[in-house]
Amino acid sequence: MVYLTRKAEFSASHYYHNPDFTPEENLRVFGKCNNPNGHGHNYTLEVTVKGEVDPRSGFVVDLKQLKEVMHRDVLEALDHRFLNKEVPEFIHRIPTTENIAIAIWQRLVSKLETAKLHRIRVYETPDLFVDFYGEP
Amino acid sequence: MKAHLSRRYLFSASHRLHSEAMSPQENLATYGKCNNPYGHGHNYVVELTVSGQVDEKTGMVCNLADLDSFVEREVLARFDHENLNTLQEFAQEVPTTENLCIQIYEIVHRGFAHAHLERVRLEETMMNSFEYTG
Repeated sequence: MVYLTRKAEFSASHYYHNPDFTPEENLRVFGKCNNPNGHGHNYTLEVTVKGEVDPRSGFVVDLKQLKEVMHRDVLEALDHRFLNKEVPEFIHRIPTTENIAIAIWQRLVSKLETAKLHRIRVYETPDLFVDFYGEP
Repeated sequence: MKAHLSRRYLFSASHRLHSEAMSPQENLATYGKCNNPYGHGHNYVVELTVSGQVDEKTGMVCNLADLDSFVEREVLARFDHENLNTLQEFAQEVPTTENLCIQIYEIVHRGFAHAHLERVRLEETMMNSFEYTG
C-alpha cells in the first residue's frame, strides 16, 4: 500500500452563525468569526489517496485525473467564494474547517477511479488544520 | 462525524541535558554540546491533535477558544521563556524534548475535557520533532 498526497490552495470567506442561537450566544460561541460580513483565509488542501502500485504504470493513482477532479469538484466550487452564501453544503451548515474537510471528502470520495481516498487535510492557517478520514 | 483538529503553538525555553546518574565524561559523550553547563535554548513548536464528533450546532470538534486558553494557561505560561532545568517537572528527569513532549501530553490529557487528545508533536528545531500518543 502506498499513499500519495496532492496539495492545492484556495481562498474563501466565511462566517460562523447558528440561526438557532441568540445573537449573544452566537457571539459567545463564535467570537470574531461571527461577524456577518465574513472574513477570509488562504486554505491549503491536502488530499491523500492510497492503493497498490499498478505494475504497468508504476502509479498509485493517475495524478492527472486526481488533479482534474480536485479542480472541478473542489476548487471551482470553493475558490474565491463566500462559503456561507455560494456553496450548497454551507447554506444550512456552518463552514468550519471541520465541515469543509467533510464536504471535500464527500465531493471526492466517489470520484476517484483507482486509488481510495485516505485523508482530507484542510489548513485554515499554517497553525490550524483538520484531518478527516471518513469516520462516522 | 469524527474529525481531528490540530493546532500549533510556539514557545521558547532553555535547557541543559545532563543526567546525575552519569559521570561528567559519560554526560559529555551522551549529550555532546547539549551538556554545556550554561544551557542553550530553542524555539519549540507544540502541535496538539484532538479528535471528536463534529458538533451539529457549532460545526466544531471543540471550541478553539477553549483549547487556546487552556494551552496558554497550562502549557505556554508554564514553559515559555523558562529554563526547563529549574522547573519542578524536571527536578528528577532530564529535560529532553522526549520528556517535555510527555509532560505536555500529560498536562493536556489530564486537564482538557472538551475533546480527546490524540497526539502531541513537539518540534525542537525545524529538523527534530517528537511525537507522543500516550
